Amino acid sequence: MTQFQIEIQLVAVLVAAACAIPGVFLVLRRVALMSDAISHTVLFGIVIGFFILKDINNPLLILFAAGAGVLTVSLSELLLRTGRVREDAAIGLVFPALFSIAVILITQNFQNIHLDVDAVLLGELAFAPFNRVGDVPRGVVVMGIILLINIVLIGLFYKELKLATFDTGMAAALGFSPALIHYGLMTSVSVTAVGAFDHVGSILVIALMIAPPAAAYLLTDRLGRMLVYSVIIGAASAISGYWVARELNVNISGTMATMAGVLFVIVLLTAPERGLVARAIQRKRRGERFAVEMLLVHLKRHEYTSEAASENTINHLVEELNWKPKLAQATVQRAARQGWIERRRDALTLTESGRQTAVNLLAR
Amino acid sequence: MNGFDLSLIFLDYTIRNVVLGALVLGIVSGTLSAFAVLRKQSLLGDTMSHAALPGVIIAFLITGVRAPLPLLIGAMIAGWIGTLIMRLITAETRIKQDSAQGLVLSVFFGFGMALLSWVTRQPGAEHSGLDNFLFGQAAATVAEDVQTMAMVGILVLMLIVVFWKEFKLISFDMQYAKTLGLRVGLMDVLLTTLIVVAVVVGLQMVGVVLMSAMIVAPGVAARQWTNRLGVMIGLSAMFGAAAGVTGALVSSTALNMPTGPVIVLAISAIVVVSLLFAPERGVIWEHIRQLRRRGVLHAQIARQRLITDSKRPAISSQPANQPVAQPIPVQSGGSANAKGVLKP
Repeated sequence: MTQFQIEIQLVAVLVAAACAIPGVFLVLRRVALMSDAISHTVLFGIVIGFFILKDINNPLLILFAAGAGVLTVSLSELLLRTGRVREDAAIGLVFPALFSIAVILITQNFQNIHLDVDAVLLGELAFAPFNRVGDVPRGVVVMGIILLINIVLIGLFYKELKLATFDTGMAAALGFSPALIHYGLMTSVSVTAVGAFDHVGSILVIALMIAPPAAAYLLTDRLGRMLVYSVIIGAASAISGYWVARELNVNISGTMATMAGVLFVIVLLTAPERGLVARAIQRKRRGERFAVEMLLVHLKRHEYTSEAASENTINHLVEELNWKPKLAQATVQRAARQGWIERRRDALTLTESGRQTAVNLLAR
Repeated sequence: MNGFDLSLIFLDYTIRNVVLGALVLGIVSGTLSAFAVLRKQSLLGDTMSHAALPGVIIAFLITGVRAPLPLLIGAMIAGWIGTLIMRLITAETRIKQDSAQGLVLSVFFGFGMALLSWVTRQPGAEHSGLDNFLFGQAAATVAEDVQTMAMVGILVLMLIVVFWKEFKLISFDMQYAKTLGLRVGLMDVLLTTLIVVAVVVGLQMVGVVLMSAMIVAPGVAARQWTNRLGVMIGLSAMFGAAAGVTGALVSSTALNMPTGPVIVLAISAIVVVSLLFAPERGVIWEHIRQLRRRGVLHAQIARQRLITDSKRPAISSQPANQPVAQPIPVQSGGSANAKGVLKP
């Protein structure tokens, strides 16, 4: 690997980690689409900031961008509070309007500046090593600082965030202002988005804020682990995306977003307990167990009665329980394997343990 | 002369196409926006406009031409697959709607971007202008685009007329629709598909980001003015059309004004006016009503106080030299009124 390649991947991994941390809370608090809105409206903040500061490289721009993020949130809430607009619609009204103002301001005033819409949505990670501060790429410095801030904030307010996320009422009762926590989180999202979009574009910011935490959500029930898994999955998307993009010679950010999706799908299919495959197996097992239990109860009911000889046969199961012959055969085999029934020619009889199981089932 | 400007709309090829295109876009997206808002699918437009991108590119790769119809179909299929994946995720896991939407939106769009960068590296000039689908390029609208948009638009409106009853029912009362034996699932898919179509029709004009506004804003604005679905849809289409034409005219007369953002600002202004001033639901009227109610309540409380005070025996321990507050006589009407307040 050349130094450039290492640097590009380093920037990407820092972005992924910085995005995953607030992303976890966005996903858990069901406001994931705020990342979509904010990553678009930071453009508005940057344009306004540029008007005032007249310098596209001024680090203070980040404050304007963060302000724009907070403005997005407060405008959505203002709309929401009128009671005329639902939450999703409120978000969908605010960010296109701010984005439009930003685009109009750009086209009217500074055409010759590197601030076009394509760059906002796409970003160009391949250029990251060319923009340097001293010996290190600027992206490493900026994203390193933002990641550090995010980690420190999470470390300081971990308990509060956790409580406010899972039990808003309790948090409010204990005196933590839900609004303060919400706005704090949104500020963190804004700062992360503005730091990141310069390098990777807003679409990848959204992908890295949502896909890795969503995947991690399927893997664990513990907040701490979810944070760690999200960072790992995000970093894996970034690195694998880089190499796939290099191999096929395509846009790096787009491929990283695609890889985030691919990793999510892999987790969605294979996650233990919550994955689609695991759930399908669980569903099948539940069906099989229920069939065996039905069989035991049926046999118990007719045991030692005059009609036992005719009732307790496989053919009769097909008729009375409306089972397909294949299901009846399989169920009888399963029950026999458990040692719950015995099969003599056609007649089925309960063993001692089978009888006990049936009695327990009926008592349940 | 004022007539000169107007005649320019009909004479200038580019302006005419842009205005007509924006008009069709406004009507189609406005109509479906009404349904999207009622069905709480406002952000579906946002998701679909992003998810459509890979479909557009793949359709281009298959057909090799930049004709509007194949690209439309490609976008529709991609948007549709996105919707299905969203449903699968929300139905089968504990991941909620918002995360599923954001996931589909960003991953599909990222994939589309990667595809686009690959396509543009291929030799040949046919792929030029594909990125207009991303960011919208109203000025590039040609007569063929307008024709396709109009055809698709008419088809959409016809379907809405045909399935009017069904769409109305599933927009307001899904459960009731089910009990009536309506094929709710099918109707749901059909209406969602129409929303996807509306989004895709508009993409070329206003671009991905701003198309989402056209699915939210007209419906929200129209909702403020009426409680009737028919009226709401009419208004919604009208608002969409007005914003579209405004945007097209402003951008073609003022130098260097991008069409899409102007359309979005126009529709946003309509939303703000509707929220504030629509009769009955307007925030301003609500505020005035509240002030008035507060005034009436204060008056009633004051009256009640006077009644209870007037029944209280005079306080004898009061020093003689201090003047006793003169009781204000309560009129009989006021007394009855105050009693009415006490009895709910």
